[in-house]
Amino acid sequence: MDATLLIAIATMGGLGFIFAGGLAIADKKLRVEENPLIGKVNDVLPGANCGGCGSAGCYDFAVKVVEGKVSVTGCPVGGEDTAKAIAEIMGVDASGSVKMLPVVLCQGGLSEAATKMAHYYGPISCSAMHLVSGANKQCYYGCLGGGDCVEACPFDAMVMNSNGIPEVIPELCTGCGMCVKACPRNVIEMHPADREVFVFCKNHDDPKTAKDVCKVACLGCGVCARPSDGAIVMDDFLPIIDYSKLDDSKIPFDKCRTGAIKKVHLN
Amino acid sequence: MELFLIFLSAAIVNNFVLAYFLGICPFIGVSSKLSSAVSMGMATTFVMTITSIVTWLIYHMILIPFNLEFLQYVSFILVIASLVQFVEMFIKKVSQPLYRALGIFLPLITTNCAILGLALFIILREYTFIEGIFYGLGAGAGFTLAISIMAGIREELDLADVPKPFQGAAITLIVAGILALAFMGFSGMISV
Repeated sequence: MDATLLIAIATMGGLGFIFAGGLAIADKKLRVEENPLIGKVNDVLPGANCGGCGSAGCYDFAVKVVEGKVSVTGCPVGGEDTAKAIAEIMGVDASGSVKMLPVVLCQGGLSEAATKMAHYYGPISCSAMHLVSGANKQCYYGCLGGGDCVEACPFDAMVMNSNGIPEVIPELCTGCGMCVKACPRNVIEMHPADREVFVFCKNHDDPKTAKDVCKVACLGCGVCARPSDGAIVMDDFLPIIDYSKLDDSKIPFDKCRTGAIKKVHLN
Repeated sequence: MELFLIFLSAAIVNNFVLAYFLGICPFIGVSSKLSSAVSMGMATTFVMTITSIVTWLIYHMILIPFNLEFLQYVSFILVIASLVQFVEMFIKKVSQPLYRALGIFLPLITTNCAILGLALFIILREYTFIEGIFYGLGAGAGFTLAISIMAGIREELDLADVPKPFQGAAITLIVAGILALAFMGFSGMISV
């Protein structure tokens, strides 16, 4: 072996050794004590760091699970097996979590919503209709009835009813949220299945316009907000519900003139 | 004066991201929020400055005397990787939220070509030790500047009505291109 090779090996070896030593010391000095559960949970996760759960990566998700901030079933990639494995580590029951269901927050179907003068002859797809300012309905906020959510649903849990408004079949729904993403008007929202009070309207128009475009639009009168002790706040002619404060016995559902705010059972 | 020019040249005129197109990965990846973008810039600046010091020393004190210039890539990568490991440990110790916000992009500073590029430029342009440090500082400042501008624009962009085919990475790359065009206005102002 010639000398250059030996020197090269020695140099790189030496450098590597020095840096490794430095890092070893740094590791001792800067070690952060953490809950051993985090590592265990992290090990059973898929490790794809896809962010599908809403956390910044698998490790972040593991930390949140151990802190109890997210459910053990929160990893959409790992599915049931991962959820079971995490539940075993955490010592909880995987089935105990509340199911999320999509809610279609518009009831302005064909018989309620006012139509435009001109007729729409384009492709029957919400995203196409949305691009040309919303097909036949005058309301700029409501459901277009094009069925993008029905098409997007991988579990056939959504059907278009005869009135042109999609309905969720809770038995088939897995709560994946694909319909929420498909809706160009953000009419569909995910809610825990035990919630009962919703405002079935997305119209931010002033009362007169809202009344003209749809028979069942929220007129923005605020009659539901006043007795609610701050649980309902009016924002641009539409009530926003704070579910943590909501006491539904205080809400005068019968006083809503268009039935836009209602109590329903999702399941 | 010379040192200041080197700093300014690396930071603005020959900005690593917007003029040399180095380090685009974290530039696109961590620029969605201004606060984490600035932290990413700081971490990269730190790694760049220390890299310029250590690699200069290794090159001039070890590699040249032993005629081992061909080892520069390997040894520089070794330096960068170790430094990034150290920065990662340090940030994890000091600020857990920041560690989480930077996520996967923190270890990815290792593979950030801007840093290897910096080490190689210093050798190529035959900078002295002090010049090299200022060049590293300038390059880091330039990276921080670029990623912060980008994050600022992207925070505004979230509110814009972007056509569907352009949403996400597409519009980000277009914005980066326009930003690079704007920085072309500086080109030739300093030739160091």
